Amino acid sequence: MSAFLGDVSLLHLLSPKILTARAKPLGERENRAGRLILFTLIGGIFWLFVFGLLYRLLKYFRGIPEIGALLAGKLLGLMLVSLFGILILSNIVTALSSFFLAKDLDLLVAAPVDWLRLYGAKLLETAVNSSWMVVLVATPVLTAYGISYEGGLLYPIIAIGAMIPFLFIPAAIGSAVTLLLVNIFPARRTRDILSVIAVLAAAGVLLIFRLVRPERLARPEGFRSLVEFISVLRTPTSPLMPSEWAAQGIMSWLREDPEILPFYLLWSTAAAIVVFGALLHRWLYTSGFSKSQESGERWVRQGAIGKLVGRMLTPWGVMRRELVLKEMRLFFRDTTQWSQLILLTVLVVVYVFNIKFLPLRGEGITFFLRNVIPFVNLVLAGFVLASIAARFIFPGISLEGRTLWLLRSSPLEMRQLLWAKFWVGTLPLLVLALILVFATDVLLEVNSFMMWVSVFTITMMTFAIAGLALGFGALFPKFNTENAAQIPTSFGGLILMMASIALIGTVIVVEARPVFRYAGASLVGTQPSVVELWVGFALSAGICLAATFIPIRIAISRMKKLER
Amino acid sequence: MIELRSLTKRYGSFTAVDSIDLTVPDGELFGFLGPNGAGKTTTLRMIAGILQPSSGTIHLAGIDLSQDPMAAKAKLGFIPDRPFIYEKLTGAEFLRFVAGLYGQDGSVIEHRGRELMALFDLEEWADELVESYSHGMRQKLIISSAFIHRPEVIVVDEPMVGLDPKAARILKDLFREYVRRGHTIMMSTHTLEVAETLCDRIAIIQQGKIRATGTIDDLRKEATGGGGLEEIFLKLTGERAARDAMEVLDA
Repeated sequence: MSAFLGDVSLLHLLSPKILTARAKPLGERENRAGRLILFTLIGGIFWLFVFGLLYRLLKYFRGIPEIGALLAGKLLGLMLVSLFGILILSNIVTALSSFFLAKDLDLLVAAPVDWLRLYGAKLLETAVNSSWMVVLVATPVLTAYGISYEGGLLYPIIAIGAMIPFLFIPAAIGSAVTLLLVNIFPARRTRDILSVIAVLAAAGVLLIFRLVRPERLARPEGFRSLVEFISVLRTPTSPLMPSEWAAQGIMSWLREDPEILPFYLLWSTAAAIVVFGALLHRWLYTSGFSKSQESGERWVRQGAIGKLVGRMLTPWGVMRRELVLKEMRLFFRDTTQWSQLILLTVLVVVYVFNIKFLPLRGEGITFFLRNVIPFVNLVLAGFVLASIAARFIFPGISLEGRTLWLLRSSPLEMRQLLWAKFWVGTLPLLVLALILVFATDVLLEVNSFMMWVSVFTITMMTFAIAGLALGFGALFPKFNTENAAQIPTSFGGLILMMASIALIGTVIVVEARPVFRYAGASLVGTQPSVVELWVGFALSAGICLAATFIPIRIAISRMKKLER
Repeated sequence: MIELRSLTKRYGSFTAVDSIDLTVPDGELFGFLGPNGAGKTTTLRMIAGILQPSSGTIHLAGIDLSQDPMAAKAKLGFIPDRPFIYEKLTGAEFLRFVAGLYGQDGSVIEHRGRELMALFDLEEWADELVESYSHGMRQKLIISSAFIHRPEVIVVDEPMVGLDPKAARILKDLFREYVRRGHTIMMSTHTLEVAETLCDRIAIIQQGKIRATGTIDDLRKEATGGGGLEEIFLKLTGERAARDAMEVLDA
C-alpha cells in the first residue's frame, strides 16, 4: 500500500483533461461538424493570410543584400519578444486558475499525489492552456521563414527544438510568479490583483511598442546613415531574452551558419527555471493553496453613481431599473471585467496617436485621399467597437448561465432582459464611438459634410454591432466558464468578429459611392444628386437596423427555448 | 394550488417524467420523494417554468403556465437545489433585485428583506458580497428571496442541503406557518425524516412515474408491511440498499 502512495503517474493526473479535450473539441455537441468545418476554414484562411503576407515580405528581404537577413532576423526577434510577453502574462493568469482555483484541486490535493507530480501536471496544463494560441500564430510565421529561406527537411525539428523551451520558460516563470503572489496577497484578491497587473502590463507593452514607432525600421531614410541603420539592426533587441535566443537559433540555421549556443541557452534556462519552480512549489504551494481557499471580498461601498442611476431609471419601472443596476454592479465589481477598460483606453489612445501621425499634409494628398481616409477611419473605428462589443456585450448572456434559474422562474420576459443588456452595453459604446470618430475627424481636418456622414454611420453601426454581439452571445453561450475574460476568445466570439467585419464592410460600400459623387459634385460646383445620397443612407440605415433587431429577436427566441 | 396534468418531459428517446397527474391544493405541504435520477428535479423545474414540458399542462394558482407564463410565475417562489447567485451583489441587493423582478420595491420590501435576513441570522451579512457567503448562507439567502414577494406557491428542491440545525428548524417552522396561511408548498427531499414530520402528503416518483401518493398512512397501506417512511420508500422503489452495501463491503 505504501508503495502506491505518491506514485500516481503524470499521465494519470492529466488523463481527465485529455479525456475532456477529446470529448468536447468545440464545446457543445450541437452542430459539432458544422463548427469544426467553420473553425478549420477560418483557421485555414488565417494561416494562409499570415503565411502569404510574411512569405512575400521575406522574399523581398532575401533580395536585399547585406541587410536582408538582418531585417528578417530583427522581425522574427520582434515577433517572438511580443509573443514572449503575451506568454508570461497569460501564464500568470492561467496558473492562478490551474494551480489554485481549479475545481479538480480539492480531489488532487486530498489524494496521495506527491508534490512533484502535481507540479508537473499543473505546469503542463498551464503551458498548454496559455500557449495554444501562440502556437497557432507562430506556426504560419515559422513556416514562412522555413520556406522562404529554404530551411530544408531538418528545419521543422530546429524550429520545434527552439519553440519547446521558448514555451516552457514563460510557463515556469508565470507559475512561480503566481505562487509568490498568492502567498503575499490575501487569498482570492490575488485574482483581482493579477487581472489588473496583467492588463496594466499589456497596456504598457502596447504603449511602449507604439511610442517606439517600429515603422521607422521600414524607412531607412529616417536614419542619419546606412551605417547607423545597420548597427541598429545588428544590435540584439534584448540579448538576455529567450525570444532573442530562439530567433538567433532559427536564423542561424536559415543562414546556413548553425549556432549551438542559442539552443544550449534555451534548453538549459528552461530546465533551470522548471527545477527552480518545482523547488518553490515544494516550499510554498501548501501554504499558498490554503490561503487561496479563503473567502473573497466582503465589503462594498454603495456608490453615489448607482443611487443616481437608480433615481434616473425609476420612471422606467422597477424591473428595468433593477436589471440595469444589477448589470452595472456586476460589471464594476468584477475586476476581471472592468480592468479591461484600461486596455481599451490604451487602444483608443494608440488609435488616435496613429491617426495623428498619418502623413496627410503636403504633396500628393488629393481630394480623393482626404475623403477616403475618413471612410477608412470609420472602418477602423467600427473594428475597435466590434472588439469592445465582443469583450463586454457578447459575454453578457454567458455570464447569466448559473443564475438563469432565477430569471426563468420569475415573471421576467426574456425580451426585457435582453433589451436591458443591450442598452447597458450600447450607450457607453455609443459615447466612445462618437468621441473616437469626432476626435479623429477633427485631427484629419475633414469638412462638415464628412463629419455628419461619419457621425451618422458610426451611430448606426454601434447599434448594429451591439445587436450582433448580443445575438451571437445568446446563440453561442459559454455558460460554464469561470473566467469572463475567456468568453470573447471562444468560437462564438470569432464568428461575431467575422459578422461585424462583414457588416462594417457592407455599410461602407453602400455609402461610399453616393457620398463620393456628392462630395465630388460639390467640389467641381455641379448639382449633386441628393436622391442618391438619401438612398445610400437609407440603405445603410436599413442594414444596420436589421443587424440590430434581427439578432436580438433571434436571441429572445433562443433564450425562451433555453433549458437551464 | 398546483395542478399537473399528463406532465411529460422527454430528452430524445429518454423519458425523464412520464405523464404525471398531481394536484396540490391550497394550504398543503406536499413532499416529492424518489431515488436519484427519478425525475424530481425535472418536474420541479418544469413547474418553475425553467424547463418546457414535452406535453401536459401546469397550473399555478389556477393560471396555465404555458398560456400566461408571466402571471403564473408572479404567483411562484422557487428554491433550487444548487445555490448559484450573483457573486458580486450583496445579500440586501440580491433581495432587492429579486423583488424588482416581481415588480416590487420600496420601504415594504426593504423591511421585509431585513426581516427575512434576520430570521436566518444573515442580518450582519446583509451588506457583504455573496461571494463571501458559505454554501449554507447562500441557501438561506435564496430561501429568503423566494419569500420576498409573498408568493402563493413555493416550489423547493432539496431545501435542507447545507443548512445548520437551527436554520433547518427555522425553515420547517416557516414552511408550516406558510401553508397554515393557505399557501402551497411542493418540496423534494431525500431527508425522509423531514418528509415524514413536515409533509401533509407525499408522492414517490421512480423512473419518471408516480409510484404512490398519499399521507404516510396511505403509503404504509400501499407498501403492505408498515414501518417508517424509510421502509415504505425502499419497498415502493425496490431499492436493495442495505444488501447492496454489504455486498460491496464484502467484495
